[in-house]
Amino acid sequence: MSKREITSRDSEARGGPAVEIVRSEAPSELLRELVAHLRQNRTLLREEWVVRISETRLLTAMTKEEIFAEATSVYDSYVEALETEAFEALQAYARNLSERIIPRGVETHEVVGIVLLLRDVLARSLFAKYQTDFKKLNRILDAYEPAANRIANTVAVGFVQERERVIRQQQEAIRELSTPVLQVRERLLILPIIGVIDPQRARQLTEQLLRGIRTNRAKVVVIDITGVAAMDVTVANHLVQTVEASRLLGATVIVTGLSPEIAQTLVTIGVDLGKMNTVGDLQGGIEQAERLLGYKVVTLAEPRQA
Amino acid sequence: MEVPILKQGEVLIATFQAALSDADLEHLRRGLVQQVVRFRSRGVIVDVTAMDVMDSFASRTLREISHMIRLRGAETVIVGIQPEVAFAMVQLGLTLEGVATALDLEEGLAYLIEKFKNID
Repeated sequence: MSKREITSRDSEARGGPAVEIVRSEAPSELLRELVAHLRQNRTLLREEWVVRISETRLLTAMTKEEIFAEATSVYDSYVEALETEAFEALQAYARNLSERIIPRGVETHEVVGIVLLLRDVLARSLFAKYQTDFKKLNRILDAYEPAANRIANTVAVGFVQERERVIRQQQEAIRELSTPVLQVRERLLILPIIGVIDPQRARQLTEQLLRGIRTNRAKVVVIDITGVAAMDVTVANHLVQTVEASRLLGATVIVTGLSPEIAQTLVTIGVDLGKMNTVGDLQGGIEQAERLLGYKVVTLAEPRQA
Repeated sequence: MEVPILKQGEVLIATFQAALSDADLEHLRRGLVQQVVRFRSRGVIVDVTAMDVMDSFASRTLREISHMIRLRGAETVIVGIQPEVAFAMVQLGLTLEGVATALDLEEGLAYLIEKFKNID
């Protein structure tokens, strides 16, 4: 910093342009003045900001009190970031805030919106204060705007990152949940598939199934696709591959629950299902699996009347 | 490295110890096809648990072994294919069609014994 001042004094001595000098020596001082101003008018400006937020119908998922409480801490962090030019605290605060408000359905545009509103409110108050001294206003804005932009940027990026983290986490959870390999009898596994199968999920399914066959020493596997709405060539081929890979491990696969639409599609696109053992529904599949394994299920007594 | 061929009752067991060269595979094929008749064996188990890669040559050789041994009057079962290997093979289109497979040695033996029972 001191080096720059020297340089600017040099340029002054050489008769450089006056604006240059002011710009290079003053920002921190200007920012200090700016921060003092914002601290002084804290109550008023914050009030105005909250009013603007509710006027523009942002953050409708939150109550007035909550907005006010958040606005207070955002305002303070904002001014602090302006003062210290250290964004770590603000970044942490933004992440923390996002963590709290994302589950309540606050959207990205709202967060960006309120930060830009605050920037706007503060800039207006600066216009009002320095309206008589245009040059000073200009310099103040020179100091204010880059910092304000960085703050807006930090908050928005923090929010989006947090949001992406949440999405990733949920995707992970869905993926974990969506591929259970269940043992119904000794040596008999069922794999109910529900929802859309994309290539990545198909791959994961196969992996889990093959591992399941090995750990449970399964001889028969029933794959139930009742819950699969549609199937394309890739997925159908993947299913065929899964069946073949299971056979290499010594397990027979029975596919159940092919809907008429899927059957139609598979026939139309000409997927070779000759190697696949198919049964209409899950019950039929399990019954056939039991026959293959030599189980016989008998009713011991009439079921009691409920 | 050559594959040792063990005789256990009516069954011959060949266990791969490591990745094999093409020459080793040829040698194994010749050995099995000869010995299956010499020992009057009814079944052959090829255990590939130790193989972590199965290329097209190995897979074709296994298929040929299985078919040749059937022509010599015995049954073959390939056991111990690892899940990752199985999936990789299928993706390469190496599905060992017409060849019996089982999870491991124990399963393979059970399969053959069941098969013998049906024939007897």
